[in-house]
Amino acid sequence: MTTEIISPHLRPESKHLRDLESESLHIIREVVAEFDRPGLLFSGGKDSAVLLHLALKAVRPAHLPFPIVHIDTGHNFPELLAFRDRTVGRLGLDLVVGSVDDAIASGRILAPAGADISRNRLQTPVLLETILKGRYTAVFGGARRDEERARAKERVYSLRDEFGQWDPRNQRPEVWNLYNGCINPGQHMRVFPISNWTELDVWRYIAEEQIELPDIYYAHERQVFVRDGMLMALSSLMQPGHGETVVTRTVRYRTVGDMTSTAAVASEARTPEDVITETLATRISERGETRADDRSTDAAMEDRKREGYF
Amino acid sequence: MDLLRIATAGSVDDGKSTLIGRLLFDSKSLDDDVLAAVEDASRRHHGDYVNLALVTDGLRAEREQGITIDVAYRYFSTETRKFILADTPGHVQYTRNMVTGASTAEVALVIVDARNGVVEQSRRHAVIASLLGIDHVIVCVNKMDLVGYDESVYEAIRAEFAELMAQIGVRDLTTIPMSALHGDNVVEPSANMSWYDGEPLLRLLEQVPVRQGLDDLPLRLPVQYVVRPHRAEHHDYRGYAGSIASGVLRVGQRVSILPSGHESVVTAIEAPWGLVEEASAPDAVTVRIADDLDITRGEMFCAVDGPPQTTQEIEAVLCWMDDRSALRRGDIYRIKHTTRSAKAMVTSLNSRFSIESLCGEPDVNSLDLNEIGQVSLKISVPLACDDYSRNRVSGSFILINEATNATVAAGMIGEPQFSFARSER
Repeated sequence: MTTEIISPHLRPESKHLRDLESESLHIIREVVAEFDRPGLLFSGGKDSAVLLHLALKAVRPAHLPFPIVHIDTGHNFPELLAFRDRTVGRLGLDLVVGSVDDAIASGRILAPAGADISRNRLQTPVLLETILKGRYTAVFGGARRDEERARAKERVYSLRDEFGQWDPRNQRPEVWNLYNGCINPGQHMRVFPISNWTELDVWRYIAEEQIELPDIYYAHERQVFVRDGMLMALSSLMQPGHGETVVTRTVRYRTVGDMTSTAAVASEARTPEDVITETLATRISERGETRADDRSTDAAMEDRKREGYF
Repeated sequence: MDLLRIATAGSVDDGKSTLIGRLLFDSKSLDDDVLAAVEDASRRHHGDYVNLALVTDGLRAEREQGITIDVAYRYFSTETRKFILADTPGHVQYTRNMVTGASTAEVALVIVDARNGVVEQSRRHAVIASLLGIDHVIVCVNKMDLVGYDESVYEAIRAEFAELMAQIGVRDLTTIPMSALHGDNVVEPSANMSWYDGEPLLRLLEQVPVRQGLDDLPLRLPVQYVVRPHRAEHHDYRGYAGSIASGVLRVGQRVSILPSGHESVVTAIEAPWGLVEEASAPDAVTVRIADDLDITRGEMFCAVDGPPQTTQEIEAVLCWMDDRSALRRGDIYRIKHTTRSAKAMVTSLNSRFSIESLCGEPDVNSLDLNEIGQVSLKISVPLACDDYSRNRVSGSFILINEATNATVAAGMIGEPQFSFARSER
C-alpha cells in the first residue's frame, strides 16, 4: 500500500489555488503536531475527498497518522460506500465506522417512523458517540464557509463541549495563522482546513489534481421523481408519492448527503472541466438546489451545529 | 488568478452590508435562491427594501438584533482575482472579532456615512488596521446620494481622514465617494459624481499589490512538524514541514536553524505540487537538509545573512480579548509564537492606548476587554522573532489563559506603527 498518490508534475495553474492548498496543509500540520488523537471525517463526498487528498500531502511520504471516520447513516448512496471502501483499500487507510443502524438496533437512539424520514439529525448523536469512543481530540471536517451563512461564521478551529455543541456567541478569537489548540478534558476540536475554499475552488482542484470521486458526481442516467421541486432518486428508501411520477433523466449530484435528503440536478457534465463550466454558469447555490435538510427554517444549519452536527 | 484578503468593518447603519451585498451581487457571487430567501425574509421582517444584511448576518442573534456580532467570511471573484472578505463588526464590544478578521487582511475597507463624517467607530477601524500592519486602507464615503453627491462634503471627510492616516502611519490611503445602494463607484463609475476621477472600488481591489515585498525579506520558515515515515523505503527520511513566512528558500542554500543555532544546507524542497528548486511565501513545504541534526517543532529556518533576534525578553503591543479576566503585571500566560509554545510573564504594563486621543496613558494597572496596551514580557524559552512591522508571522503571537484555555490576547512584537508611548498629543 502506498500513499504516493500525487503526480509531482502537476502544479495548480492558478496562484489562488496554490495559496488555498498551502493554507490547508498548514492547518492540517498544526493539528497533527499539537493533538494526540486526530481523526478525519470522511463521507465519500467531494469535499472530504479533497480533504483526504490534502491530509495525505501534509504528511507525505509518511502514512496518514490517524484514522478516517465515517458516520454511516444507513441512508448512504451505495456508490459512496463503494468509493469509501475502494479508497481505504487503495491507500491502506485505517477506517472507523459509526453506524446509525447499529445505534438504532441496540436501542441507543430511537428510529423515526417511515423509511424515507431523514436521518440527518440522527447522525449527530452517533457522531458524538464515535468521537467519544475513539477519544478523538481533534476531528477534521470538509465544511466550507461559502456553503451556508452559519458556516460562514465558524472558525477554522471550532471548539466543541462535552455534548459536541457549537457556541457561536462564544468563539475564540482566531488571529493570523496562530490556532489555539488547547482544550479541557471532555472537549474536542472540529477543524475545517478547507474553510476558505468555494465550490468552484474544490472543482478546479479536483480537475488539476485528478482526484477520484464517486461516479454520481458526473452525469449519468437515473430514475428520479420530482418532490418539492427537487429531483429525488428512486431507491428502496425513496418511493414516489401521490402524483409523483418516475422518469429517467441525465443527472449528477452537486452535493451528496443521504439518499433521503439529497437531490440530483439535471446535467450533461461528464468531466470535472464540464462541471466547472456548469458551476460558473449556475445562479443557484449548491445547498439550495440539492439539500432538503437546509430548507426547514432560516437557521436550520445553525441549530444543527449547536447540537453538535459537523 | 491570485488571492487577496480584505477586511471590512462597520455597522449596518453605515451601509456596510449593502456594499458587501452589491459586491457579491454585481460579481455574480450571490446566487438567486439566496437572494430570493433574503427578499422573502426582508418582506417578513421589515418591509420596503431588500435588506442585504440578512445575507451576511448568519446567526439568528444577529438577524434578531440587526447587528453584526462576529466575523463572516465572504468569497467573490473577478477574472483576475479571488477575494476573501472578512466582514467584521463595528461595535466597540466586538473589537476582538474585528481583530480576528483584520489580522490576515492586506486591505482594510473603512466605511463612513457621508452624513456623519469621521466618527469614533471609523477612527477605531482605521487605527486597528494600522496597528495590524495593513498597508492599504480604502475609505468608502458612502451614502453620497443623501448629501446630493456634494463634492465639498466628500472633500472635508477625505481631508480629515488623510490627517488621521498620517498620524497613525498608514502608507497607502485611497478615498472613494460612493453610494452602495445605487451602485455609484462600487463596480461601475458614478454618473452622479463626475468630479471624482479615481477608480470604482472593485477596480481598485483588483489592482492592490498582493503580498508586496515578502520575497525580498530574509527567509523565515518555522518548523511545524517533523515527517518521519518509519517505512523501509524511506528508512532515513527526515523532512521538516512548515509554511514559508518570508524570503525565498532554494536548494543548496545555507540556512541557520534558530533558536538552537545549528547551520546546514538545504538538499531538497517538496512543495505541495512536487519537488522544486525554490519556494517562497506562503508555500507549505517539506525541507530536507544535509546534516543529521536534532530539529523539532518550534525551530525556525532562517537566512544566514539576515537572522531574527533571539531573545527571552520582548516588548509588544497587545490587544486584550478576554471578557472574563484582565491583564495585570506579574500574570503568567501560555504564549504561542509561530509554532513554538512557551510561558510568558508580564514584567510590566507600560501604557494603555486611547483611540480617541491617539495617546498612551502611562501608570495603568490593567488591560481589559478590547483595550490596547504596550507590555514587556519575559519568555520561558528563547524566541526567534522579528518586529511585527517587518514580519507579520515572526512578529505576532497569541496569549492563552492556562486555566480556561481561552485566547486572551493578540500580540505584536516591537514598537507600534505609530508612537503612542507618550501622554501628550
